[in-house]
Amino acid sequence: MANPSVPQPDSHLPTIPGNENALRWDPGWLLVVSAMALLAILVFVVRDPFDRIFRFVLDGVRVTVVVTLVTFGLVLIIGMIGALGRLSRIAPLRGLATVYVEVVRGIPLLVQLYFWYYAFPSIVRDLGARWNIAGMKDFVANPYFMAILGLTLCYAAYMTEVYRAGIQSIPKGQMEAARSLGMTYFQAMRYIILPQAVRVILPPVGNEFITLLKDSSLVSAVAVSDLTRRGREFQAITPLPLHIYLMIGLMYLIMTLLSARVVSMLEAGVRRER
Amino acid sequence: MIEQPIIQIEKVHKYFGRVHALRGVSLDVFRGEVVVIIGPSGSGKSTLLRCINRLEEFDSGRIVVDGIPLDTAENINAVRAEVGMVFQQFNLFPHLTVLENITLAQKVVRKRNAEEAEKIAMDLLGKVGIPEKANAYPLQLSGGQQQRVAIARALAMNPKIMLFDEPTSALDPEMIQEVLDVMLALAKEGMTMVVVSHEMGFARNAANRVIFMDEGLIIEEAPPQVLFTNPSQERTRLFLSKVL
Ligand SMILES: Nc1ncnc2c1ncn2[C@@H]1O[C@H](COP(=O)(O)OP(=O)(O)OP(=O)(O)O)[C@@H](O)[C@H]1O
Ligand SMILES: [Mg+2]
Repeated sequence: MANPSVPQPDSHLPTIPGNENALRWDPGWLLVVSAMALLAILVFVVRDPFDRIFRFVLDGVRVTVVVTLVTFGLVLIIGMIGALGRLSRIAPLRGLATVYVEVVRGIPLLVQLYFWYYAFPSIVRDLGARWNIAGMKDFVANPYFMAILGLTLCYAAYMTEVYRAGIQSIPKGQMEAARSLGMTYFQAMRYIILPQAVRVILPPVGNEFITLLKDSSLVSAVAVSDLTRRGREFQAITPLPLHIYLMIGLMYLIMTLLSARVVSMLEAGVRRER
Repeated sequence: MIEQPIIQIEKVHKYFGRVHALRGVSLDVFRGEVVVIIGPSGSGKSTLLRCINRLEEFDSGRIVVDGIPLDTAENINAVRAEVGMVFQQFNLFPHLTVLENITLAQKVVRKRNAEEAEKIAMDLLGKVGIPEKANAYPLQLSGGQQQRVAIARALAMNPKIMLFDEPTSALDPEMIQEVLDVMLALAKEGMTMVVVSHEMGFARNAANRVIFMDEGLIIEEAPPQVLFTNPSQERTRLFLSKVL
């Protein structure tokens, strides 16, 4: 191919700081390692009762991780649909998206989770009784399903706003240039707007992930045996609140610190990609 | 048979809320013509240009481009494929290289394969005089170079018409001529061009007609020699005395 040119190294480029140091030692890792070391000392050196607690709550960690990851995957998709709605030229779509965002953001997450776990199934059962539909009459909510539904609908509203702000941060001229070249709205979004918006969006998206990871502890209130609930179950058998909540807190901390590291690695990756 | 205008604009009105930006503009542009639009700030020059490829919707009137009326979404896309646009702020895609800027729409809109699109892009970069910048990113280029890439990007779609909205207004003075030279060459090749610009030199050398707009109306149109030296309207005279 006839490409005679070499990219010019250029000092006046608005490169984002940290670009060249993407692989530099990051002090954030020190915190992660320290927290993990502390956990290891408690479980393997101090042992009792930390090793018992650790073994008891471990499957709660798995639940917390799965609930968080599944929810977040759905949130990434639904948030995009919400953002396209918020930015739509079609007024009813825009209105619908706006109402969704405003309503969901105005109600505490715990209340929303109660709604999906307790209220929603009872609505289904009432309707099932009225219309005499067997499947609905004796509807029993699966706590995991309802918890993920509630978390997803809540966080997708926040994600809608994150995406919307990111898309709106791209100058209008970019969309106009793309459209004037004959691209459709979706082609322009895919090839021009979103690749640029990713850079703006990634830090707040990372934040949402970490907040979600912590807020997932609320699902313990709707019969999901996550890390928090497993701690409470241990407490009910063996009341050692100080030891239990030290362990639980430390385990959440390790997960959030690790997530923060992954997010900042992704950010560095996106920055280098030019 | 009388030749059909390639752009027909009939009594177009455009409101931005209360602002009546176009107040019944009619204009025909013929194949191969170069029309330069001048006028004070806020007179509706950009709005008129942007109505031609429907970046702006108009409220009443009719625009037909190369026989295609601007009404359905399909027609609008068909027209956009025929009409290239160059912006004051270049609007290059900063996350793509120069080459990618020029090949992307060829690939996703014109469905050309990568090899063909790159060949066309390199030819055009040669034509605008910066083939060595193919792998640079837009922000590594000077303003004049960026604007030449933007012109190449539009030309890669093989437009029948090119629209320019103040293409040299954002440039440092020493870079204006390099962009005007590219535009002059394009005019000589017979490209139909509608250019909003106050570069009188360009208008004198390239324009078949100069159009003076004020307050959303076309006040006067004439060949450049006539309009610049002997305008018939007082408003035109007043405006020219300020910019010349
Ligand atoms: N997106 C918009 N929203 C509201 N008003 C607008 C918008 N675009 C243009 N206008 C108004 O429409 C009128 C015509 O604007 P336009 O940009 O077409 O003028 P112009 O002749 O191109 O001026 P300039 O020389 O400053 O570029 C102005 O009064 C302007 O304020
Ligand atoms: Mg303008």
